[in-house]
Amino acid sequence: MIEYLFDFHGYGPSIMKGALLTIEVGFLALLLSLLLGLIGASAKLSNSKTAKGIATFYTTTIRGVPDLVLMLLIFYGGQVLINSALDWINYDLPEILLKNFDLEVAIELPWINIDQFVAGVGSIGFIFGAYMTETFRGAFMAVDRGQIEAGYAYGMTKWKVFSRIMFPQMMRHALPGLGNNWLVLLKTTALVSIIGLADMVRLASEASKAVHQPFKFFIPVVIVYLLLTSISEWVIKLLERRYSAGVVKG
Amino acid sequence: MAEVAPLVVRDVHKKFNELEVLKGVSLQAQKGDVISLIGSSGSGKSTFLRCINLLEVPTSGEIEVHGEQIKFLTTRKGERKPADNRQVEKMRSRLSMVFQSFNLWSHMTVLDNVIEAPVNVLGISKKEAMERAESYLQKVGIWERRNYYPAQMSGGQQQRAAIARALAMEPDVMLFDEPTSALDPELVGEVLKVMRSLAEEGRTMIVVTHEMAFAKDVSSHVMFLHQGRIEEEGPPSKVFDNPDSERVRQFLAPKY
Repeated sequence: MIEYLFDFHGYGPSIMKGALLTIEVGFLALLLSLLLGLIGASAKLSNSKTAKGIATFYTTTIRGVPDLVLMLLIFYGGQVLINSALDWINYDLPEILLKNFDLEVAIELPWINIDQFVAGVGSIGFIFGAYMTETFRGAFMAVDRGQIEAGYAYGMTKWKVFSRIMFPQMMRHALPGLGNNWLVLLKTTALVSIIGLADMVRLASEASKAVHQPFKFFIPVVIVYLLLTSISEWVIKLLERRYSAGVVKG
Repeated sequence: MAEVAPLVVRDVHKKFNELEVLKGVSLQAQKGDVISLIGSSGSGKSTFLRCINLLEVPTSGEIEVHGEQIKFLTTRKGERKPADNRQVEKMRSRLSMVFQSFNLWSHMTVLDNVIEAPVNVLGISKKEAMERAESYLQKVGIWERRNYYPAQMSGGQQQRAAIARALAMEPDVMLFDEPTSALDPELVGEVLKVMRSLAEEGRTMIVVTHEMAFAKDVSSHVMFLHQGRIEEEGPPSKVFDNPDSERVRQFLAPKY
């Protein structure tokens, strides 16, 4: 019986590799989304109308369109966009230069195939950057104005005020939202199997089709996801405790 | 040769949109001066204090710290702003501010609050900053509470910690923005006592306050602001006991 349960017909190692890929995509996409979120929130809170406009367009479109549609759009659409741009540079541009300026140039930029890994990380990071933008924006607004003012009044530079006062105080307000976004992000990585990336969902699905035993391969996938999310929740709790220093509960 | 005045402010105007809050206020502080700014709410005294360290940028007027004039420029939109951020940061590090609502950094302990700016702005060593923190926290009487967070202390203790934070910068001038207005009447005394001892040490202080007894007893110079202008100024004996202005007399008259 036990032997039967753990007999993965040789697919075990490959699914483990898939799990590793899931973690990699998740982590890199998280880093990208945090970066985009900080930039987006700063843009939304800035005085520049242009920056505000771009950030608002970003969050409105991303949050209004299904993740799957966006991923397909970025992967296939991005491919077409890049290649038609290359096409234009390789063929049309020399012609225009020859016609109008009598310049003869030969440009031969190679075709680019978007790497599935880059596309997966890029699109998930880009999508969740919009959610992070909103989380960070709310958290920054929750920091008391007087705390920041005291930093400036003591001669701190903008960067010091940000890194020593705003960021640590903002994190307390941001963490519950960030934690939530991360859990959703991690689960969204399952979508990368659609664009052909061999994450654990895709590998399990292939294996279960091959041996006609769906439970055998999807139960481990469920367990891996649960394990990852449980560890995450534990880490988030630790971080929340750390960033709550000085807060009196009551 | 006379010593250079640590702080000179000339003809400061401040407009918020169309509302002119300050209509030309000047001040000169010599070393050891304690200047009290009094007047009713909305007279512009807090705005004036905030203009001194550029938390508000004056619409016009000049500020000189130790003879060095702050440089301004005008943006394309016609707004005035400081030309050199580093000059402003340096100037601010010479003028410590104590706020009405304390504004201790809530995520740091009292001790961390006091060493934060000396280490991160003045660039002194952590060891030296700790020595400064110890001596100033003892002076204000809360060395025992150094490991408390601001939220764990009373308002009076927080304000004394904020004064220690200001002292740790060893500033040329201390700016107090209604330091006792947010305190329970019971706690006002402990803060005023600390401030009085600072004045007696010969520290240069500019104090916006509603505590008339403090202004009268402790200051070397009193300025009464009314509707964005200096209505009357002079030594406390003059302003309090024999004011020229009818408005000042009205303000100081016993209310009941």
